[in-house]
Amino acid sequence: MNRMQQSVESAQAIAASDAIAVERTLAGDRDAFRVLVERHSPNVFRLAYRMTGNRHDAEEVVQEAFLRSYQKLGQFAARANFGTWVYRIAANYAIDRMRQRRKEDSRRQEPGVEREDGMENNPLDQVHDPAPTPERLTQSLELRKQMEAALAALSHSERTAFVMRHWEGCGIEEIAAVLKSNSGAAKNTVFRAVQKLRQALQPFVERGPQARAMGTES
Amino acid sequence: MNHMTEEELIAYREGEASQRAEIAGHLADCKECRAEMDRIDAVLAALDTLRVPDPGADYGRRVWQQIAPRLAERPMRWWQTWLEPRRLGALGGVAALIITAFIIGRITKPVGKGDNIATTEQVRERVLVVAVGEHLGRSEMMLVELSNAEPGASKPKQINISSEQRRAEDLLEENRLYRQTASEAGDAGLASVLDELERVLLDVAHSPDKVTPAQFEAIQKKIEAQGILFKVRVVKKDLQQRQEAAKPTPAQNDSKNRERNKA
Repeated sequence: MNRMQQSVESAQAIAASDAIAVERTLAGDRDAFRVLVERHSPNVFRLAYRMTGNRHDAEEVVQEAFLRSYQKLGQFAARANFGTWVYRIAANYAIDRMRQRRKEDSRRQEPGVEREDGMENNPLDQVHDPAPTPERLTQSLELRKQMEAALAALSHSERTAFVMRHWEGCGIEEIAAVLKSNSGAAKNTVFRAVQKLRQALQPFVERGPQARAMGTES
Repeated sequence: MNHMTEEELIAYREGEASQRAEIAGHLADCKECRAEMDRIDAVLAALDTLRVPDPGADYGRRVWQQIAPRLAERPMRWWQTWLEPRRLGALGGVAALIITAFIIGRITKPVGKGDNIATTEQVRERVLVVAVGEHLGRSEMMLVELSNAEPGASKPKQINISSEQRRAEDLLEENRLYRQTASEAGDAGLASVLDELERVLLDVAHSPDKVTPAQFEAIQKKIEAQGILFKVRVVKKDLQQRQEAAKPTPAQNDSKNRERNKA
């Protein structure tokens, strides 16, 4: 049996097991929902972090996504994949959270680089290189700062579309469902996001190619 | 074969291009397009280095501990979601509108011997006609402002359309509701125009907050090309006439009303 077959079978087994957990939850077994939460939380966190750009908001999105999915579980019963469903709920809530955050930021008139959790605030924490030279470190930090700024400058729809397509590998139909648009518009949104990121980052990427070699885990 | 556009290259890179084999062949032969693709790759590869913090092996357990006290004893079945306060509020709003329309109808039209008592269907239609008419008025105003706006003499690099976006988002929600209602009521003409309007509203709502003058012009041209403003005005006028026709006069009987409505 090759690896691809194994991974397909494993995904099918998880989906089947999710379906049983959903049924049991609906029958009143709260521990069954715990299985779903523990299984899918890390993936939902990854999506939420990439969409919101900070840990505090991402954790809030994860909690809210599972609370909402629990409340609406009765509507889910006929669907096939709990993972995809909770993912979509999280993406929708993350968009709301980003909107709210942007409003708060514009009210405060702050540049928006300040983070609440501290961990992401320290750029040194984000560099994962055994022996960075001061020059490489500076280039890498500058590029990182530019990348975060470029992502923050995208509209909510663009950031959502880019994260879902590029990082999470979601299909265009799924993105369109989250953006409440059609697939043509969703494709355009992905394109616009990449185009904007390119315009903002190309000068920095070309200037410091070695900075890219300092990749950290993702 | 001509050089690939940036859009085609990005679509190819993101696995969305329809002619993948042709593009791959072109990239193998064309040095310029390959260089362009390398530049796109470089930016995306740089973005891939952005780290997502590891939430920890016990993250799922921690999430459960945080949400467990907030979970109800049992999740709601689909029909129970209709009893949520938010939905009840919306249903209450619609009910209030219908009751108000009914009361206004009774007050403005004293029931006499020869008068016809409005049926529930007529009241419903009257409410829909009034509400959709107002909705179309607001949509028209937004589209007119957008169509007639000029970037100004200072020629800014970017135009902020965030307020129009927000209005379009609000209108979009209403529009969906009215389109579904019109469709259920069998009013295919109205449903079709609302469907077209919905697409335009979607385009505006999903545009970036700030657009370049060229992008702004493209939005304006799209509105113009689809003739949506004209259609909205025609339907609005038609609804006004229906509203007028629906006002009963003592001399008119029900069959006359129906004839006028048809007209």
